[in-house]
Amino acid sequence: MLKYIIRRLLGFVPTLFVIATVVFFLIRLAPGGPFDAERNVSDEVLRNLEAYYRLDAPLHEQYFRYLWDVLHGDLGPSFEKPSRTVSEWIAYRFPVSLELGLYGLAVALVLGLCAGITASLRPNTLTDHVPMTFAMAGICIPNFVLGPLLVLALSIHLGWLPVSGWEYPEDKILPAITLGVPYAAYIARLSRGGMLEVLSQDFIRTARAKGLSEARVVLRHALRGGIQPVVAFLGPATAGLITGSFVVENIFQIPGLGSEFVGAALHRDYTMILGTVLFFAALILLFNLLVDLAQAWLDPRVRYE
Amino acid sequence: MSEARGPESSVEPIAVERGASLWRDALVRLRKNHLAAAGLVALFALLVVSLLTPWIAPYGYEDQDLALGAVPPSGAHWFGTDLLGRDLFTRVLYGGRISLLVGFAATGVSLCVGVLYGACAGYLGGRTDALMMRFVDILYSLPFVIFVIILTVYFGRNIVLLFMAIGAVEWLTMARIVRGQVMSLRQKEFIEATTVMGLPRHRVLLWHLIPNTLGPIIVYATLTVPRVMLMEAFLSYLGLGVQAPMSSWGLLINEGVQTMENRPWMLIFPSLALSITLFSLNFLGDGLRDALDVRASKD
Repeated sequence: MLKYIIRRLLGFVPTLFVIATVVFFLIRLAPGGPFDAERNVSDEVLRNLEAYYRLDAPLHEQYFRYLWDVLHGDLGPSFEKPSRTVSEWIAYRFPVSLELGLYGLAVALVLGLCAGITASLRPNTLTDHVPMTFAMAGICIPNFVLGPLLVLALSIHLGWLPVSGWEYPEDKILPAITLGVPYAAYIARLSRGGMLEVLSQDFIRTARAKGLSEARVVLRHALRGGIQPVVAFLGPATAGLITGSFVVENIFQIPGLGSEFVGAALHRDYTMILGTVLFFAALILLFNLLVDLAQAWLDPRVRYE
Repeated sequence: MSEARGPESSVEPIAVERGASLWRDALVRLRKNHLAAAGLVALFALLVVSLLTPWIAPYGYEDQDLALGAVPPSGAHWFGTDLLGRDLFTRVLYGGRISLLVGFAATGVSLCVGVLYGACAGYLGGRTDALMMRFVDILYSLPFVIFVIILTVYFGRNIVLLFMAIGAVEWLTMARIVRGQVMSLRQKEFIEATTVMGLPRHRVLLWHLIPNTLGPIIVYATLTVPRVMLMEAFLSYLGLGVQAPMSSWGLLINEGVQTMENRPWMLIFPSLALSITLFSLNFLGDGLRDALDVRASKD
């Protein structure tokens, strides 16, 4: 087990290396530089700036130096916002995105599992069709449509919730729903499918024959197998929750890492882009590992692969 | 929703004969799935309207009427107008053109790259395959929205590059699906026969392997189109995609969000257009998946 985890963690290194290389050369070879916008600086200032950020060295040298720094845990100074280093920016902004992501995940799991399991109990009846229609709607209505519509209805017309911000608990309700609903929709569909498959198996019939209550059959016996597809989906879902938060942070004006990244991309803040991409990639890799471990725990058959 | 087959399709015997009858069979099943059939009709209507937009649209997409400003829907302006007095109905129509163009072009790119890549990996096998799929795994762990944002920011905001960029990251799943199919097909006798006949490898690949994976390819491509459209709208919403004065649903939604307090129509009509399109494509894709019985043929 421990050996497996270590082997997987070591496997992160080449992956992150390839990502760093691809993104580094991609953004460097593209036209435009980080100081293009500042037209009124003299050549001397520009040269000093370039020397400070090591932009005057040959590209391959910059690349090796960057890798060397990253290996030492230094993501470099930010070009656009030099008051902090990239690592400090991430440490400052990421907790907000993480909090938002966790709320979104909670909404997705609670709504999705409830809808999916309810639907699976009586397939092709009203209690199946209604939640599944909502699930389809959740998939087809993107969060940058859902969010503003919720704001329009609940905040502006009814005045129940604040329009934007990220300070008080009530600020966090609409962003969490906006972020979570599309994933709730996928989870509902996946858990319905998984539960349907498990509920038709022999051991469930045995459990029923023993005279167990329906709640016990479903929650105790079927659920463990039935949520397998949902667990597998959580890997890609985290990637989606992170990137989905770009839009949600934009709509509700939340100071998270997603909005920081979009700003960095627009301003060609090389180190900031690279740093956040590497950070996101490491996060996704880590989460995929956790998902695999969770799957092995839920289903012993997976362990022997 | 492959598991959510309607009652009528689940009672049918699923003995699909490969060949011409597959398509006839699929068409019959698709017609029985009312939602999917409705999706097909809606998509067809959208295609026709998009092609005829320059003749249908009551105004030009750039025509401003600053004195008029933003007015609610009326007889003259069905969807109302925006802050610059541009007719919203016209702009939604032109936005639909962009959406469809990006959707189909990017899906085309992802189709070409993904199918060829997956087929090559599956057919060559061995170490080449392992290396090629390892590369796909690495790209999978790159959050691809981030990748597209980088591509669009750095290679300019023109539509051609936009869909190239989206297509360039959307081929991964297609490659995996096709590889799996090709690997199982490779064991079949008719492929052995081609080897005995001494056919060159590219011919086996293009003429014998890929055509036999067409079912899953079509289904997955149908489901890729709405994903790509969503991505285009997402990028335009963030200000990274289509730029004003051109029109795009994402851009219109963004403009609508800015002023939704006083002018809700500017948000509601583009949102409806986007959501209805995504609905019909997803229903069609799900229906096709059930009709072609991709699940069963994948195992």
